[in-house]
Amino acid sequence: MSATVPAAPATAPRLGKEERAALFNPILLNNPIGVQVLGICSALAITTRMDKALVMSAGVVMVAMLANLAVSLVRNHTPNAIRIIVQLAIIASLVIVFDQVLKATLYELSLELSVFVGLIITNCIVMGRAEGFAMSNPPLRSLLDGIGNGLGYALVLLLVAFTRELLGAGKVFGFTVLPLAKDGGWYVPNGLMLLAPSALFVIGLLIWALRTWKPELQEKE
Amino acid sequence: MEHFLSLGVRSAFLENMALAYFLGMCSFLACSKKVDTAFGLGVAVMFVQVLTVPLNNLLLKYLLAEGALAWLSPALATVDLSFLSFILFIATIAAAVQVVEMTVERFAPALYTTLGVFLPLIAVNCVILGGSLFMQEREYSLADSVVFGIGSGFGFAIAIVALAAIREKLVYSNVPAGLRGLGITFITAGLMSLAFMVFSGIQL
Repeated sequence: MSATVPAAPATAPRLGKEERAALFNPILLNNPIGVQVLGICSALAITTRMDKALVMSAGVVMVAMLANLAVSLVRNHTPNAIRIIVQLAIIASLVIVFDQVLKATLYELSLELSVFVGLIITNCIVMGRAEGFAMSNPPLRSLLDGIGNGLGYALVLLLVAFTRELLGAGKVFGFTVLPLAKDGGWYVPNGLMLLAPSALFVIGLLIWALRTWKPELQEKE
Repeated sequence: MEHFLSLGVRSAFLENMALAYFLGMCSFLACSKKVDTAFGLGVAVMFVQVLTVPLNNLLLKYLLAEGALAWLSPALATVDLSFLSFILFIATIAAAVQVVEMTVERFAPALYTTLGVFLPLIAVNCVILGGSLFMQEREYSLADSVVFGIGSGFGFAIAIVALAAIREKLVYSNVPAGLRGLGITFITAGLMSLAFMVFSGIQL
Protein backbone atom coordinates (compact mmCIF):
# COMPACT_ATOMS: atom_id res chain seq x y z
CA MET A 1 0.00 0.00 0.00
CA SER A 2 1.55 3.35 -1.00
CA ALA A 3 2.16 6.13 1.53
CA THR A 4 -0.27 8.52 -0.15
CA VAL A 5 -3.22 6.35 0.78
CA PRO A 6 -4.42 7.39 4.24
CA ALA A 7 -4.92 4.74 6.87
CA ALA A 8 -8.41 3.35 6.58
CA PRO A 9 -10.77 4.81 9.19
CA ALA A 10 -12.88 2.43 11.20
CA THR A 11 -16.02 3.45 9.34
CA ALA A 12 -14.67 2.28 5.97
CA PRO A 13 -13.45 -1.26 6.46
CA ARG A 14 -10.80 -2.14 3.93
CA LEU A 15 -8.00 -4.57 3.85
CA GLY A 16 -4.92 -3.40 5.74
CA LYS A 17 -1.50 -4.89 5.44
CA GLU A 18 -2.05 -7.62 7.99
CA GLU A 19 -5.39 -8.59 6.50
CA ARG A 20 -3.84 -8.91 3.08
CA ALA A 21 -0.98 -10.94 4.50
CA ALA A 22 -3.49 -13.23 6.20
CA LEU A 23 -5.30 -13.74 2.92
CA PHE A 24 -2.47 -14.07 0.41
CA ASN A 25 0.50 -15.54 2.28
CA PRO A 26 -0.95 -19.03 2.75
CA ILE A 27 -1.78 -19.38 -0.94
CA LEU A 28 1.83 -19.69 -2.06
CA LEU A 29 4.54 -18.50 0.33
CA ASN A 30 3.24 -20.31 3.36
CA ASN A 31 1.21 -22.98 1.62
CA PRO A 32 -0.49 -25.29 4.14
CA ILE A 33 0.40 -28.46 2.26
CA GLY A 34 3.75 -27.61 0.71
CA VAL A 35 5.25 -25.64 3.56
CA GLN A 36 3.33 -26.15 6.78
CA VAL A 37 2.69 -29.87 6.04
CA LEU A 38 -0.91 -29.75 7.21
CA GLY A 39 -3.93 -31.59 5.90
CA ILE A 40 -2.26 -34.00 3.54
CA CYS A 41 -4.50 -36.90 4.53
CA SER A 42 -7.43 -35.91 2.41
CA ALA A 43 -5.29 -34.15 -0.17
CA LEU A 44 -4.18 -37.45 -1.59
CA ALA A 45 -7.11 -39.79 -1.61
CA ILE A 46 -9.59 -37.74 -3.62
CA THR A 47 -7.30 -36.35 -6.30
CA THR A 48 -7.97 -38.92 -9.00
CA ARG A 49 -10.44 -36.56 -10.70
CA MET A 50 -10.78 -32.80 -10.92
CA ASP A 51 -14.46 -32.63 -9.94
CA LYS A 52 -13.86 -34.55 -6.70
CA ALA A 53 -10.93 -32.30 -5.86
CA LEU A 54 -12.98 -29.18 -6.61
CA VAL A 55 -15.85 -30.19 -4.32
CA MET A 56 -13.44 -31.16 -1.58
CA SER A 57 -11.62 -27.82 -1.92
CA ALA A 58 -14.91 -25.95 -1.73
CA GLY A 59 -15.71 -27.81 1.48
CA VAL A 60 -12.38 -27.06 3.08
CA VAL A 61 -12.46 -23.36 2.09
CA MET A 62 -15.96 -23.02 3.51
CA VAL A 63 -15.25 -24.89 6.74
CA ALA A 64 -11.87 -23.23 7.33
CA MET A 65 -13.35 -19.78 6.71
CA LEU A 66 -16.42 -20.15 8.93
CA ALA A 67 -14.62 -22.13 11.63
CA ASN A 68 -11.94 -19.44 11.88
CA LEU A 69 -14.61 -16.75 12.08
CA ALA A 70 -16.64 -18.58 14.73
CA VAL A 71 -13.63 -19.54 16.82
CA SER A 72 -12.35 -15.98 16.66
CA LEU A 73 -15.74 -14.57 17.70
CA VAL A 74 -15.92 -16.72 20.83
CA ARG A 75 -12.22 -16.66 21.62
CA ASN A 76 -12.55 -14.25 24.53
CA HIS A 77 -15.34 -16.28 26.12
CA THR A 78 -13.73 -19.71 25.78
CA PRO A 79 -12.00 -21.08 28.87
CA ASN A 80 -8.55 -22.26 27.90
CA ALA A 81 -9.03 -25.77 29.26
CA ILE A 82 -11.92 -26.67 26.95
CA ARG A 83 -10.92 -24.74 23.82
CA ILE A 84 -10.14 -27.89 21.79
CA ILE A 85 -13.59 -29.30 22.47
CA VAL A 86 -15.19 -25.98 21.51
CA GLN A 87 -13.21 -25.89 18.26
CA LEU A 88 -14.06 -29.50 17.46
CA ALA A 89 -17.76 -28.89 18.10
CA ILE A 90 -17.77 -25.83 15.81
CA ILE A 91 -15.86 -27.63 13.05
CA ALA A 92 -17.92 -30.81 13.27
CA SER A 93 -21.17 -28.83 13.03
CA LEU A 94 -19.93 -26.99 9.94
CA VAL A 95 -18.85 -30.24 8.31
CA ILE A 96 -22.27 -31.78 9.00
CA VAL A 97 -23.87 -28.82 7.24
CA PHE A 98 -21.55 -29.20 4.25
CA ASP A 99 -22.13 -32.95 4.12
CA GLN A 100 -25.92 -32.55 4.16
CA VAL A 101 -25.83 -29.88 1.46
CA LEU A 102 -23.60 -32.09 -0.67
CA LYS A 103 -25.88 -35.10 -0.22
CA ALA A 104 -28.88 -33.00 -1.20
CA THR A 105 -27.33 -31.43 -4.29
CA LEU A 106 -24.60 -33.72 -5.66
CA TYR A 107 -25.57 -37.13 -4.35
CA GLU A 108 -23.46 -39.20 -6.77
CA LEU A 109 -20.33 -37.24 -5.98
CA SER A 110 -20.97 -37.43 -2.24
CA LEU A 111 -21.00 -41.23 -2.51
CA GLU A 112 -17.64 -41.19 -4.25
CA LEU A 113 -16.10 -38.86 -1.70
CA SER A 114 -17.44 -41.29 0.95
CA VAL A 115 -15.73 -40.79 4.30
CA PHE A 116 -13.44 -38.01 3.17
CA VAL A 117 -16.03 -35.27 3.65
CA GLY A 118 -16.37 -36.31 7.28
CA LEU A 119 -12.63 -36.30 7.59
CA ILE A 120 -12.52 -32.54 7.02
CA ILE A 121 -13.16 -32.49 10.80
CA THR A 122 -9.75 -33.91 11.50
CA ASN A 123 -8.11 -32.03 8.64
CA CYS A 124 -5.13 -30.45 10.30
CA ILE A 125 -5.50 -27.24 8.29
CA VAL A 126 -8.85 -26.40 9.85
CA MET A 127 -7.84 -27.35 13.39
CA GLY A 128 -4.37 -25.90 13.01
CA ARG A 129 -5.58 -22.50 11.81
CA ALA A 130 -8.36 -22.34 14.41
CA GLU A 131 -5.91 -23.11 17.20
CA GLY A 132 -2.88 -21.29 15.81
CA PHE A 133 -4.45 -18.20 14.28
CA ALA A 134 -8.10 -17.61 15.11
CA MET A 135 -7.60 -18.01 18.87
CA SER A 136 -5.37 -14.95 18.94
CA ASN A 137 -6.66 -12.72 16.13
CA PRO A 138 -9.77 -10.58 15.47
CA PRO A 139 -12.65 -12.01 13.40
CA LEU A 140 -12.03 -10.30 10.02
CA ARG A 141 -8.38 -11.27 9.92
CA SER A 142 -9.22 -14.83 10.97
CA LEU A 143 -11.86 -15.08 8.27
CA LEU A 144 -9.34 -14.02 5.63
CA ASP A 145 -6.73 -16.37 7.02
CA GLY A 146 -9.25 -19.20 6.74
CA ILE A 147 -10.00 -18.32 3.11
CA GLY A 148 -6.30 -18.01 2.32
CA ASN A 149 -5.41 -21.35 3.80
CA GLY A 150 -8.39 -23.00 2.18
CA LEU A 151 -7.34 -21.60 -1.20
CA GLY A 152 -3.74 -22.68 -0.68
CA TYR A 153 -5.01 -26.19 0.00
CA ALA A 154 -7.32 -26.00 -3.02
CA LEU A 155 -4.45 -24.93 -5.27
CA VAL A 156 -2.32 -27.96 -4.43
CA LEU A 157 -5.31 -30.28 -4.55
CA LEU A 158 -6.36 -29.09 -8.01
CA LEU A 159 -2.80 -29.23 -9.28
CA VAL A 160 -2.39 -32.83 -8.16
CA ALA A 161 -5.83 -33.80 -9.46
CA PHE A 162 -5.09 -32.14 -12.81
CA THR A 163 -1.85 -34.10 -13.21
CA ARG A 164 -3.43 -37.38 -12.18
CA GLU A 165 -6.59 -37.10 -14.26
CA LEU A 166 -4.75 -35.83 -17.34
CA LEU A 167 -1.99 -38.44 -17.33
CA GLY A 168 -4.11 -41.26 -15.94
CA ALA A 169 -7.26 -40.92 -18.01
CA GLY A 170 -6.43 -38.27 -20.62
CA LYS A 171 -9.27 -36.12 -19.31
CA VAL A 172 -9.83 -32.87 -17.44
CA PHE A 173 -13.14 -32.51 -15.55
CA GLY A 174 -14.31 -35.61 -17.43
CA PHE A 175 -13.74 -34.05 -20.88
CA THR A 176 -11.26 -35.85 -23.10
CA VAL A 177 -8.18 -33.74 -23.72
CA LEU A 178 -5.76 -36.40 -24.87
CA PRO A 179 -7.59 -38.90 -27.14
CA LEU A 180 -6.95 -42.39 -25.78
CA ALA A 181 -5.32 -45.05 -27.95
CA LYS A 182 -8.12 -47.53 -27.27
CA ASP A 183 -10.63 -45.03 -28.70
CA GLY A 184 -8.57 -44.46 -31.84
CA GLY A 185 -6.45 -41.58 -30.47
CA TRP A 186 -2.74 -41.52 -29.78
CA TYR A 187 -2.43 -41.27 -25.98
CA VAL A 188 -1.74 -44.43 -23.97
CA PRO A 189 -2.83 -43.58 -20.40
CA ASN A 190 -0.55 -44.21 -17.47
CA GLY A 191 -2.71 -46.37 -15.21
CA LEU A 192 -0.43 -45.84 -12.24
CA MET A 193 -1.61 -42.24 -12.06
CA LEU A 194 -5.05 -43.40 -10.98
CA LEU A 195 -3.66 -45.60 -8.21
CA ALA A 196 -2.76 -44.55 -4.68
CA PRO A 197 1.07 -44.33 -4.93
CA SER A 198 1.06 -41.70 -7.66
CA ALA A 199 -0.51 -39.10 -5.35
CA LEU A 200 2.46 -39.45 -3.03
CA PHE A 201 4.90 -39.16 -5.93
CA VAL A 202 3.19 -36.09 -7.37
CA ILE A 203 3.14 -34.27 -4.01
CA GLY A 204 6.77 -35.25 -3.38
CA LEU A 205 7.77 -33.81 -6.74
CA LEU A 206 5.68 -30.67 -6.13
CA ILE A 207 7.47 -30.08 -2.83
CA TRP A 208 10.79 -30.64 -4.58
CA ALA A 209 9.90 -28.04 -7.21
CA LEU A 210 8.68 -25.54 -4.59
CA ARG A 211 11.80 -25.93 -2.49
CA THR A 212 14.14 -25.67 -5.43
CA TRP A 213 12.40 -22.45 -6.41
CA LYS A 214 12.51 -21.12 -2.83
CA PRO A 215 15.71 -22.51 -1.31
CA GLU A 216 14.99 -20.91 2.09
CA LEU A 217 12.31 -23.57 2.63
CA GLN A 218 14.80 -26.43 2.41
CA GLU A 219 15.32 -28.56 5.50
CA LYS A 220 18.70 -28.63 7.15
CA GLU A 221 19.79 -31.98 8.50
CA MET B 1 -14.46 -67.47 10.60
CA GLU B 2 -13.24 -67.17 7.04
CA HIS B 3 -15.15 -63.91 6.72
CA PHE B 4 -13.33 -62.39 9.72
CA LEU B 5 -9.94 -63.59 8.52
CA SER B 6 -10.56 -62.06 5.13
CA LEU B 7 -11.79 -58.80 6.67
CA GLY B 8 -8.79 -58.61 9.00
CA VAL B 9 -6.24 -59.20 6.25
CA ARG B 10 -8.02 -56.82 3.90
CA SER B 11 -8.14 -53.99 6.43
CA ALA B 12 -4.52 -54.47 7.49
CA PHE B 13 -2.81 -54.86 4.12
CA LEU B 14 -4.99 -54.41 1.10
CA GLU B 15 -6.89 -51.38 2.39
CA ASN B 16 -4.05 -50.12 4.53
CA MET B 17 -5.17 -46.90 6.22
CA ALA B 18 -1.92 -45.05 5.64
CA LEU B 19 -0.80 -46.36 2.28
CA ALA B 20 -4.05 -46.94 0.42
CA TYR B 21 -6.35 -44.30 1.92
CA PHE B 22 -3.71 -41.80 3.09
CA LEU B 23 -5.32 -41.44 6.49
CA GLY B 24 -3.26 -40.23 9.41
CA MET B 25 -0.69 -38.78 7.02
CA CYS B 26 0.24 -35.92 9.34
CA SER B 27 1.43 -38.18 12.14
CA PHE B 28 2.60 -40.76 9.59
CA LEU B 29 5.11 -38.21 8.28
CA ALA B 30 5.80 -36.29 11.48
CA CYS B 31 6.39 -39.21 13.87
CA SER B 32 8.35 -41.52 11.60
CA LYS B 33 11.84 -40.14 12.15
CA LYS B 34 12.71 -42.84 14.70
CA VAL B 35 11.55 -46.43 15.00
CA ASP B 36 10.90 -46.08 18.75
CA THR B 37 8.45 -43.21 18.48
CA ALA B 38 6.84 -44.75 15.42
CA PHE B 39 6.30 -47.99 17.32
CA GLY B 40 4.80 -46.12 20.29
CA LEU B 41 2.41 -44.20 18.05
CA GLY B 42 1.49 -47.33 16.13
CA VAL B 43 0.60 -49.22 19.29
CA ALA B 44 -1.39 -46.28 20.66
CA VAL B 45 -3.35 -45.89 17.43
CA MET B 46 -4.13 -49.59 17.32
CA PHE B 47 -5.30 -49.52 20.94
CA VAL B 48 -7.60 -46.53 20.49
CA GLN B 49 -8.88 -47.89 17.17
CA VAL B 50 -9.87 -51.23 18.72
CA LEU B 51 -11.70 -49.33 21.45
CA THR B 52 -13.51 -46.65 19.46
CA VAL B 53 -14.73 -48.48 16.35
CA PRO B 54 -16.89 -51.01 18.28
CA LEU B 55 -17.97 -48.26 20.71
CA ASN B 56 -19.12 -46.05 17.86
CA ASN B 57 -20.77 -49.07 16.28
CA LEU B 58 -22.89 -49.56 19.40
CA LEU B 59 -23.74 -45.86 19.62
CA LEU B 60 -24.73 -45.84 15.98
CA LYS B 61 -26.94 -48.88 16.36
CA TYR B 62 -28.70 -47.90 19.58
CA LEU B 63 -28.83 -44.11 19.32
CA LEU B 64 -28.48 -42.72 15.83
CA ALA B 65 -29.71 -45.19 13.22
CA GLU B 66 -33.24 -44.92 11.92
CA GLY B 67 -35.67 -46.34 14.45
CA ALA B 68 -32.91 -46.83 17.03
CA LEU B 69 -34.72 -44.67 19.55
CA ALA B 70 -37.84 -46.85 19.51
CA TRP B 71 -36.92 -48.25 22.93
CA LEU B 72 -37.46 -44.79 24.44
CA SER B 73 -40.93 -44.27 23.10
CA PRO B 74 -42.85 -45.63 20.10
CA ALA B 75 -43.27 -42.07 18.85
CA LEU B 76 -39.54 -41.91 18.18
CA ALA B 77 -39.50 -45.01 15.97
CA THR B 78 -39.13 -43.04 12.75
CA VAL B 79 -36.42 -40.67 13.97
CA ASP B 80 -33.19 -40.92 11.97
CA LEU B 81 -30.30 -39.13 13.62
CA SER B 82 -27.49 -40.64 11.58
CA PHE B 83 -26.54 -37.22 10.20
CA LEU B 84 -25.24 -36.45 13.70
CA SER B 85 -22.69 -39.25 13.46
CA PHE B 86 -19.71 -36.93 12.79
CA ILE B 87 -20.14 -34.95 15.97
CA LEU B 88 -20.94 -37.99 18.10
CA PHE B 89 -17.99 -39.99 16.74
CA ILE B 90 -15.51 -37.22 17.39
CA ALA B 91 -16.89 -36.76 20.91
CA THR B 92 -16.57 -40.50 21.63
CA ILE B 93 -13.05 -40.51 20.27
CA ALA B 94 -11.97 -37.51 22.33
CA ALA B 95 -13.50 -39.03 25.46
CA ALA B 96 -12.01 -42.48 24.79
CA VAL B 97 -8.57 -41.01 24.24
CA GLN B 98 -8.88 -39.13 27.53
CA VAL B 99 -9.88 -42.31 29.41
CA VAL B 100 -7.12 -44.33 27.76
CA GLU B 101 -4.60 -41.64 28.65
CA MET B 102 -5.61 -41.61 32.32
CA THR B 103 -5.69 -45.41 32.53
CA VAL B 104 -2.27 -45.80 30.95
CA GLU B 105 -0.83 -43.10 33.22
CA ARG B 106 -2.20 -44.82 36.31
CA PHE B 107 -1.38 -48.45 35.52
CA ALA B 108 1.50 -48.36 33.05
CA PRO B 109 3.64 -45.26 33.75
CA ALA B 110 6.51 -46.58 31.63
CA LEU B 111 4.33 -46.89 28.54
CA TYR B 112 2.84 -43.47 29.30
CA THR B 113 6.25 -41.82 29.22
CA THR B 114 7.11 -43.56 25.96
CA LEU B 115 3.93 -42.49 24.22
CA GLY B 116 4.17 -39.00 25.69
CA VAL B 117 2.49 -36.38 23.58
CA PHE B 118 1.17 -38.82 20.98
CA LEU B 119 -1.68 -40.13 23.10
CA PRO B 120 -3.71 -36.88 23.21
CA LEU B 121 -2.86 -36.21 19.56
CA ILE B 122 -4.56 -39.42 18.52
CA ALA B 123 -7.92 -37.74 19.15
CA VAL B 124 -7.48 -35.74 15.95
CA ASN B 125 -5.83 -38.53 13.95
CA CYS B 126 -7.74 -39.22 10.75
CA VAL B 127 -7.14 -42.98 11.07
CA ILE B 128 -9.38 -43.13 14.11
CA LEU B 129 -12.25 -41.02 12.78
CA GLY B 130 -11.81 -42.61 9.35
CA GLY B 131 -12.12 -46.07 10.89
CA SER B 132 -15.43 -45.18 12.50
CA LEU B 133 -16.73 -43.54 9.32
CA PHE B 134 -15.79 -46.57 7.21
CA MET B 135 -17.57 -48.72 9.78
CA GLN B 136 -20.72 -46.62 9.31
CA GLU B 137 -20.47 -46.53 5.53
CA ARG B 138 -19.88 -50.26 5.11
CA GLU B 139 -22.47 -51.17 7.77
CA TYR B 140 -20.25 -53.47 9.81
CA SER B 141 -21.72 -55.56 12.60
CA LEU B 142 -20.25 -55.37 16.10
CA ALA B 143 -17.96 -58.38 15.54
CA ASP B 144 -16.93 -57.01 12.15
CA SER B 145 -16.00 -53.69 13.68
CA VAL B 146 -13.80 -55.33 16.33
CA VAL B 147 -11.90 -57.22 13.60
CA PHE B 148 -11.77 -54.11 11.44
CA GLY B 149 -10.43 -52.06 14.37
CA ILE B 150 -7.65 -54.56 15.04
CA GLY B 151 -6.79 -54.95 11.35
CA SER B 152 -6.72 -51.28 10.41
CA GLY B 153 -4.82 -50.29 13.57
CA PHE B 154 -2.27 -53.04 12.92
CA GLY B 155 -1.92 -51.98 9.31
CA PHE B 156 -1.20 -48.39 10.29
CA ALA B 157 1.31 -49.55 12.92
CA ILE B 158 3.36 -51.69 10.53
CA ALA B 159 3.27 -48.99 7.86
CA ILE B 160 4.62 -46.29 10.18
CA VAL B 161 7.27 -48.57 11.72
CA ALA B 162 8.45 -49.64 8.26
CA LEU B 163 8.64 -46.03 7.08
CA ALA B 164 10.61 -45.06 10.20
CA ALA B 165 13.07 -47.89 9.60
CA ILE B 166 13.62 -46.71 6.03
CA ARG B 167 14.03 -43.08 7.12
CA GLU B 168 16.64 -44.05 9.73
CA LYS B 169 18.71 -45.53 6.91
CA LEU B 170 18.00 -42.60 4.59
CA VAL B 171 20.01 -40.30 6.86
CA TYR B 172 23.15 -41.73 5.26
CA SER B 173 22.04 -41.09 1.69
CA ASN B 174 22.92 -38.12 -0.45
CA VAL B 175 19.52 -36.65 -1.24
CA PRO B 176 19.18 -33.56 -3.52
CA ALA B 177 18.83 -30.43 -1.38
CA GLY B 178 15.27 -29.56 -2.37
CA LEU B 179 14.07 -33.09 -1.79
CA ARG B 180 15.57 -33.48 1.68
CA GLY B 181 13.21 -34.19 4.56
CA LEU B 182 9.59 -34.02 3.50
CA GLY B 183 10.02 -34.55 -0.24
CA ILE B 184 11.97 -37.77 -0.08
CA THR B 185 9.62 -39.05 2.64
CA PHE B 186 6.71 -38.66 0.25
CA ILE B 187 8.55 -40.53 -2.48
CA THR B 188 9.50 -43.29 -0.02
CA ALA B 189 5.90 -43.59 1.15
CA GLY B 190 4.84 -43.77 -2.50
CA LEU B 191 7.20 -46.66 -3.14
CA MET B 192 5.92 -48.40 0.00
CA SER B 193 2.38 -47.88 -1.18
CA LEU B 194 3.34 -49.44 -4.50
CA ALA B 195 4.81 -52.40 -2.63
CA PHE B 196 1.63 -52.82 -0.59
CA MET B 197 -0.37 -53.10 -3.78
CA VAL B 198 0.94 -56.64 -4.26
CA PHE B 199 -1.46 -57.68 -1.52
CA SER B 200 -4.35 -56.93 -3.82
CA GLY B 201 -3.75 -60.31 -5.41
CA ILE B 202 -4.63 -62.09 -2.17
CA GLN B 203 -7.99 -63.82 -2.18
CA LEU B 204 -9.17 -65.48 1.03
